[in-house]
Amino acid sequence: MTYIAKPKLHHPKLPTNKLGFTHRDYEGAVSTLCAGCGHDSISAAIVQACFELDLPPHRIAKLSGIGCSSKTPTYFLGASHGFNSVHGRMPSVLTGANLANRDLIYLGVSGDGDSASIGLGQFAHSIRRGVNMVYIVENNGVYGLTKGQFSATADKGSKNKRGVMNTDSSIDMVSMALQFGASFVARSFSGDKDQLVPLLKAAIAHDGAAFLDVISPCVAFNNHLGSTKSFDFVREHNEAVNRLDFITTREPIRVDYQPGTVEVVTQHDGSVLRLRKVAADYDVHNRIAAMNYLQERGAAGEVVTGLLYLDAEAHDLHGYLNTVEKPFNELGEAELIPGSESLERFNQSLR
Amino acid sequence: MPKPIAAVNDFVVKFANVNGSGSASANQLFAKAILRMGVPVASRNIFPSNIQGLPTWFEVRISEAGHLGRRGGVDLMVAMNPQTWDQDVKSVEPGGYLFYDSTKPMPLARFRDDIQIIGMPLTEICNRQYTDARQRQLFKNIIYIGALSALLDMDMAAIETLIGEQFKGKDKLIQPNLQALHMGRDYALAHLSCPLGISVRRSDAVGDRIYLEGNSAAALGALYGGATVCAWYPITPSSSLAEAFARHCRRYRVDAATGRNRFAIIQAEDELASIGMVIGAAWNGARAFTATSGPGISLMQEFLGLAYFAEIPAVIFDVQRGGPSTGMPTRTQQADILSCAYASHGDTKHVLLFPEDPRECFEMGALAFDLADRLQTPIFVMLDLDIGMNEWLCEPLRWDEARRMDRGKVMTAADLEAGKEFGRYLDVDGDGIPYRTYPGTHPARGAFFTRGTTKNRHARYSEEGADYVDNMQRLLKKFDTAKTLVPKPVARPAKQPTGHGVLYFGSTTPAMHEALDALEAQGIHLDGLRLRGFPFGQEVLDFVASHEQVFVVEQNRDAQLRTLLLSEAGFDAAKLTPVLHYDGTPITERFISHAIAERLRALNVTPLRKTI
Repeated sequence: MTYIAKPKLHHPKLPTNKLGFTHRDYEGAVSTLCAGCGHDSISAAIVQACFELDLPPHRIAKLSGIGCSSKTPTYFLGASHGFNSVHGRMPSVLTGANLANRDLIYLGVSGDGDSASIGLGQFAHSIRRGVNMVYIVENNGVYGLTKGQFSATADKGSKNKRGVMNTDSSIDMVSMALQFGASFVARSFSGDKDQLVPLLKAAIAHDGAAFLDVISPCVAFNNHLGSTKSFDFVREHNEAVNRLDFITTREPIRVDYQPGTVEVVTQHDGSVLRLRKVAADYDVHNRIAAMNYLQERGAAGEVVTGLLYLDAEAHDLHGYLNTVEKPFNELGEAELIPGSESLERFNQSLR
Repeated sequence: MPKPIAAVNDFVVKFANVNGSGSASANQLFAKAILRMGVPVASRNIFPSNIQGLPTWFEVRISEAGHLGRRGGVDLMVAMNPQTWDQDVKSVEPGGYLFYDSTKPMPLARFRDDIQIIGMPLTEICNRQYTDARQRQLFKNIIYIGALSALLDMDMAAIETLIGEQFKGKDKLIQPNLQALHMGRDYALAHLSCPLGISVRRSDAVGDRIYLEGNSAAALGALYGGATVCAWYPITPSSSLAEAFARHCRRYRVDAATGRNRFAIIQAEDELASIGMVIGAAWNGARAFTATSGPGISLMQEFLGLAYFAEIPAVIFDVQRGGPSTGMPTRTQQADILSCAYASHGDTKHVLLFPEDPRECFEMGALAFDLADRLQTPIFVMLDLDIGMNEWLCEPLRWDEARRMDRGKVMTAADLEAGKEFGRYLDVDGDGIPYRTYPGTHPARGAFFTRGTTKNRHARYSEEGADYVDNMQRLLKKFDTAKTLVPKPVARPAKQPTGHGVLYFGSTTPAMHEALDALEAQGIHLDGLRLRGFPFGQEVLDFVASHEQVFVVEQNRDAQLRTLLLSEAGFDAAKLTPVLHYDGTPITERFISHAIAERLRALNVTPLRKTI
């Protein structure tokens, strides 16, 4: 049996959130990934974000494709429905699920093989359509489950574990998400939970296509010297443009920072993002400037992280399609079936 | 010189045109006018994969007896395309008629002396009357319809009414069209010998039947079936199904109070995404479908295996065209039977429905959603280009007001709260169908993980052989249950007991029925059985068992339905004789009659003793 349920027992004094859940209620089964895998840190960050947002776990749907990253939804939010679909096709399944019930929160979990290679098309088109989701790429630059082949996000010139150099140009998922029209774009690092958790929370609150590229080193196949996705490399080259505090409307806002160093943005749902600027001239509302900045800093060998772009007034696919408020999966005969009289009129028009 | 063909309300007219010349609407006007005269017609558009400039044909079979399949042969050729002149002239039956534009003289050698030639200087008339090039082209079509009205003794009032209906709202177009119509008619009456030996006479044989395309009917079926999500990728001949769904939705599914839509239609980036969205939506409790054709089915294979194995409802309308590969995109075939029945790698089997006409496209279109939810599996509605893209005369569509959607086995929050045992792949009722829950149903119970990997009865990942076999066996049991749920075959017994039978399905039906009549007239009796679904039920097994020889008529090269019968029911291969038509044109009565009569004759021949 390769499935290990986590024991439900926990310390009676574990803190609870507003719904009375402990963070244990947001966990899933025991991870079967390698010890030290960056992906497990991301799962933990998702658990923490959902716990702190007081989300009812069953109102979240978690969808994934195939690969190490796509296995992780088993390891968080055990009370949520999950869907481990086919390789590279999570975005279409998530799009369909979202159309059926607009009231749930959709987490799409994917990897660099799943989203940058086989699923590049579906990644692009789900972002283009503005599907209301959090699209997380757990990006390690390598195929883990099949034992160490380069993925399409591996940097040109980087080396695999056997010392072979990657000669293909790399795909930068964040630049693509910006190009395709994502209304929330961020990059983070699995080793920086303080940065990742608020970004996840803000992405969940965002009404539209939120994309998160999380560099997540593969301890088994891509954590060596010569890799640009290793813990050491990312720590050395991580350049955050800002630090984010995520605040729900229920909390009072206290601004006690130097003027010009903090920007406060309110999203559609009323949630407040407090951005502490690190790169002083970085404007998170300027898509084109963000794309230029990423290209420039990327060429200089930096891994730019933080909230990179935000359109707080974004719309989502349901808005574009002008669909009814009520979830489709709750519509009944009276709302869906025109009946026999309409059909007779239809017949009459064909005689 | 054979005698000119003489027939009233029983002949075939074929129009040879250039596509993009506006002929289609004029030709449809001709077909509809005959319907309005109370005489059944079957019309078929034979068109190229092209927008402008290539040959296109429109075949109208006029049959008071109500034969709606293709007969074969042409009695009157309206030859408007110089590119295809030779083949068009050749296709006319001896004693038949050729109507052509005689503006430019044609060498005698390019005619035939065993047919009646009717020349009319259409271009000359048009050029005299109109100065605008587009008008010259468009009105030429109406002028020849006017001429045909005289040649075939048609009811002018019917045509005039139709023109009025067609241009309703664009009233200033009515008069010029009527004028062109009369110009053609008047010329024919003055210069040609009217009527011909073939003519149309007002009758009362149409009744309350309607005239519509299968794609539109199937889309309306989906709407009545409660579909809310349609994800599709444009591909001939299925695009008009998704477009019809959009049209029907705009009419019937916009919330009057808010102006908001109770539907979502996504034109996806490809067929993989289309079926992915359908599966995602159905997993989450909406009714969802895609419309596609053979190449799309090929692209969807992996996802179809997921839907089979993870047990997610999905409805796929496959409007079949000529394969393999890009094949004949604008021609008809029934050649996706096996790629649908066994779609995807590994051991899979899928439910197929075979509508015979647009009415059944509507009925099966709605039924497919009940079956998909009930069986929690993909359901394929197997149209083809002939049914999908041609207007067919069929019985009116009916809807039972008392009918309710069958959402299948879905455990509710109340069920879970009451403590009902939930195991996603647990066969509690013995029919192989487990219960499912929609995401978000209950705070603590009923959540499960959907996956394409092996799992145990409680949806937990498992690589145990016993769990795998248990699951695969239950899927087989579920497929047995499907046998009792798909529409039963329809028998058409011979007038006298016979050891010969014939199996057929889909768009073959009208030509098949006419062939059965024709064969009977020759003293050849066959019991017919029209298949309406797969898996095959007991009736099919009994039918084959009770006949010595069974013909299987289908429109593909490899006898795919026969293969399915052999593999699923274990019949003796020698007992099932294939009758195959696959040149991309719809099968004809003459082809079937001839093929069956020939084979029976061959079977009756005493075999020669083998020489050693």
